[in-house]
Amino acid sequence: MRNVIAIRQGQAQLVEGDSWQLLGEQEAPLPTGALILPLHRWLAQPSGYHGLWLGPDDDVESLQLWLGVLPLIAIDFPSFRDGRGYSQAYLLRTRLGWQGELRAVGDVLRDQLSHMRQCGFDSFAVREDKSAADALKGLQGMSVLYGRSVIEPRPLFRRR
Amino acid sequence: MYHYDEYDRALVFERVAQFRDQVQRFTAGELSEEEFLPLRLQNGLYLQKHAYMLRVAIPYGTLGARQMRTLASIARDYDRGYGHFTTRQNIQFNWVELAQVPDILQRLAEVDMHAIQTSGNCVRNITTEAFAGVAADEIIDPRPLAEILRQWSTINPEFLFLPRKFKIAICSARQDRAAIMMHDIGLYLYRDGRQQMRLRVMVGGGLGRTPILGLQIREGLPWEHLLSYVEAILRVYNRHGRRDNKYKARIKILVKALGIEAFAREVEQEWQHIKDGPAQLTEAEFQRVAEGFAPPRYAAQPDGDLDYGTHLAMDRSFARWVSRNVQPHKVAGYASVVLSTKPGPAAPPGDLTAEQMDNVADWSEHFGFGEIRIAHEQNLILPDVRKADLYPLWRLACEQGLGTANIGLLTDIIACPGGDFCALANAKSIPIAQAIQSRFDDLDYLHDLGELSLNISGCINACGHHHIGNIGILGVDKNGSEWYQVTLGGAQGKASALGKVIGPSFSAAEIPRVIEQIVATYCAYRELDEPFVDTVARVGLEPFKERVYARQPEVSTCAM
Ligand code: SF4
Repeated sequence: MRNVIAIRQGQAQLVEGDSWQLLGEQEAPLPTGALILPLHRWLAQPSGYHGLWLGPDDDVESLQLWLGVLPLIAIDFPSFRDGRGYSQAYLLRTRLGWQGELRAVGDVLRDQLSHMRQCGFDSFAVREDKSAADALKGLQGMSVLYGRSVIEPRPLFRRR
Repeated sequence: MYHYDEYDRALVFERVAQFRDQVQRFTAGELSEEEFLPLRLQNGLYLQKHAYMLRVAIPYGTLGARQMRTLASIARDYDRGYGHFTTRQNIQFNWVELAQVPDILQRLAEVDMHAIQTSGNCVRNITTEAFAGVAADEIIDPRPLAEILRQWSTINPEFLFLPRKFKIAICSARQDRAAIMMHDIGLYLYRDGRQQMRLRVMVGGGLGRTPILGLQIREGLPWEHLLSYVEAILRVYNRHGRRDNKYKARIKILVKALGIEAFAREVEQEWQHIKDGPAQLTEAEFQRVAEGFAPPRYAAQPDGDLDYGTHLAMDRSFARWVSRNVQPHKVAGYASVVLSTKPGPAAPPGDLTAEQMDNVADWSEHFGFGEIRIAHEQNLILPDVRKADLYPLWRLACEQGLGTANIGLLTDIIACPGGDFCALANAKSIPIAQAIQSRFDDLDYLHDLGELSLNISGCINACGHHHIGNIGILGVDKNGSEWYQVTLGGAQGKASALGKVIGPSFSAAEIPRVIEQIVATYCAYRELDEPFVDTVARVGLEPFKERVYARQPEVSTCAM
């Protein structure tokens, strides 16, 4: 994928030559290389080689069985105004214990990156017509978080 | 009042800087209209018919004198010299320039205020009743928990793009003056048999296109679990609420589709995972926040003030004002005063000029402890006035056009900005309010009629809460012209009810006559001092319909 930002060892960076390919419904047979497949396609041939592309209607709880083998999970934001991906990310990280790479894909924009990061995403495929270098500036967000989040599980009143 | 510490302050200032940058990027064309829209909405900025409108939060309706003066300065420097108080304890400035909004927000931040999440599909301003902390019938001051909720819901990253807006209200008095049944989440705070604070949780209430009263989802929730329980509700809603149709996206539709039992089970299941986690509130945090709301130092007052008694006996206008606009206080010798923003045609309901705001700020310091409240009826309250000061305060209020003795009466009209400002409106509301106020300008008559609420919304979004007015007026569009539908029997408070439509809608010109006939019918049927809404409940809509839709409207007056 192009335009990818990733957080590695706590450092956000632009990724050169990301090898993942996001694969939609149509393309068959599968091209070679590491693919990110829609849930039902991935389930048709589960493998530790291909990543999973989770849509907002897909049930995160159903992934429990496969978390041990999955190399990457991408959560789709069909529109940046559709906030279901935030709850999916929260559940994957805190309830299901997903430790691998969690990538935001779709309508991923600078002004939402810090919220995504708070909810546990650690890589971001910024929408292709936007500059990833510019989007990087949105990752930091604000210094104060009142509530809690995936990366800061204690609400501010326990840190104040 | 709650006082910001360095965290609260850092957040509002950083937010201003962030929005300043977003406005710049939008102006430079780096952000599209579509991308900018939710960003500006979450900073309170709407695009109205003629200009941008900025909605500023007044959390749970509590405001300090310094903050009120800042609002006045904003009205003066960035608007046309006035502001409009809304039914959700916000203030709106109708004529602001986009380029100046960051400066306005900066000015607000300097006095611990903001416009964060006053719009958009996120958790909105947390509201409570205007007499919190002073009402004689209060159980617990709800404001510490309201402030805790405000903080928790502010920029909570998981819940900024919900299916639709989300409103939470909390109340803790024998009378529900916060309309908690009308909210996405309504919280009722009380003490159990062992004096522990508990919450009754209502969910899925709301007005708008599908008006529904909230249903109880939880009884006896220990207060420590407030945040985790609300989080559970929001997560279930965020995941499962409808997003395909904005008119079906509120949580009430989800609750209705699943049924309250099934919805409650989902929430309970989610809650089990998080309830004993770090979101559990601590006594220390409650105390830290509650300190800000500690009662001021009331001075012991003589039980009966001689001057006050004399004025009451001698000055009929004053006595009338006291009977409507003065509320009992929990401390002897004090009272809460309601300043009416509904003087009649002179000013639209909820509007205050900069000069009036400055005066109210002065009075709050001179006659009280520098605190002001905003009621969801769009009036202002000075919560702590010594009874001995009521007379001089009344005189000053009258001079400033804020002393109308009509609280709870027919002319205390609640009205949204409507077609004069709002881009969504079907019809105007302000001229309708003014026409009714002109028709009923006899205060004696109004006092005889007694409690009667009248609410006007310019469209089905129901910002004027017309469903819960004893008389409700809703602007509707008929082939491009403005018409008005009338409902009767709505009520707020513990006996909340939604009004029923009486029949085909009316033109603007007909409305004063229609209201007059409704009132006349009430007079004909009421027994003794029966309030309007009780008469409607007892006799039903028929007699009203008969009179209002009669071919030749008979002329009748109320014989009293
Ligand atoms: S009720 Fe309609 S017209 Fe009135 S303020 Fe709300 S959206 Fe605008």
